[in-house]
Amino acid sequence: MSAFFAIIARDVALAFRAGGGALQAVSFFALTIVLFALAVGPDLALMSDIAAPVLWTSALLATLISLEQVYRPDREDGSLDVLAETSDVLALTAFAKATAHWISTGLLLTAATPILALLFNIEGPALWPLLLSLLIGAPGLSLIGSFAAALTAALPRAGLLIAIIVSPLYAPILIFGAGAASAGAAGDPQYGANLALLGASSLFAAIFSPLASAAALRFNLD
Amino acid sequence: MPDAARYTVTLAACDLAVARGGRVIVDGVNLAIEPGDAVVIRGPNGAGKTTLLRAFAGLLTPAGGEVVVSDDRQRVFCGVLNAGKPTLTVNENLRFWAALYGARVAAARAALGLEPVEHRPMRELSTGYQRRLGLARLVLSGRAIWIVDEPTAGLDAASTTAFERLLAEHRARGGAAIIATHEPLDAPGARTLELQP
Repeated sequence: MSAFFAIIARDVALAFRAGGGALQAVSFFALTIVLFALAVGPDLALMSDIAAPVLWTSALLATLISLEQVYRPDREDGSLDVLAETSDVLALTAFAKATAHWISTGLLLTAATPILALLFNIEGPALWPLLLSLLIGAPGLSLIGSFAAALTAALPRAGLLIAIIVSPLYAPILIFGAGAASAGAAGDPQYGANLALLGASSLFAAIFSPLASAAALRFNLD
Repeated sequence: MPDAARYTVTLAACDLAVARGGRVIVDGVNLAIEPGDAVVIRGPNGAGKTTLLRAFAGLLTPAGGEVVVSDDRQRVFCGVLNAGKPTLTVNENLRFWAALYGARVAAARAALGLEPVEHRPMRELSTGYQRRLGLARLVLSGRAIWIVDEPTAGLDAASTTAFERLLAEHRARGGAAIIATHEPLDAPGARTLELQP
């Protein structure tokens, strides 16, 4: 079990060192939201309406650009062999890698959300559904995304391929995540159902993504 | 593994064949490794030394035959890449490996003479020191069968001698090693496996 936490601690540390993806992801997240806000203009009512879809899409894109960093460096410097030969259950190692990715991107994006949401006139009680939906949905983004990263670990410049693989798989999380945030802010009774389906999507990813990642990694060791 | 204990792990390859890019490049390899053994694999570039080593390490599925190890968790593979992270310091890299292998860092750090650079990020080290950090993982792992690709590439004469001494100590404790190299290696009693192009 100490290996599990050692992998998380190392990957989070690497994400914040030079060349790590954490600050890039959060900067990209901020940039997209600011650009959207500039493009929409000064209509406050419209801004509150589109806040949830804009923040959710930006979070998804920011996650996407950081996925290449999950497994490719490990394969390029030989660390993947070390992880494989010390791992009892490769799926558990994959789960640790996905958890580290969530901490260094998803959690960071969630933490930056209260400030960026101000640009879309979201504050006070309307903020909570947005934060809650990101807290529940972002782990699913990291889990599914790390599977695509495992599949493409051996390919240079796999960023676009990763985007093509994960986009359809991300659709349920985006729909229920943005849906929950919008419904919650509007006081719509659909809020609970959307949150429950979002949670179900993340849990489904938590079970199947590590197993699929492990199979993809075994293939990539050859 | 405590110092007093002896390794008792054996490895056998039966009619092993390995492929690279779907083409079989080495076949009919039979090898039995007992505690204390060392095997040096030699052959020209492209003969399949690295691919064969990965099969011995269990990282590559053989195209034919099989590799049987008496204890699956007693192999450690060190390829030409050193498996360290450039932005982590020497100590951080060693500590991470120690957590994975369930081992301690101090003995391995001292064995490879890494103390002078222990607080420096790996990317600032010379090629030779980076290789020493890579080799430190063999000692650190505490595992019985070392599977090493070009261990002494980039090392100076003194470091090569130090590695040969570590190898001799490892074999004296009942450890074994399979080493692919182009360079001369002083390993008394080692068998040689010649690969044809």
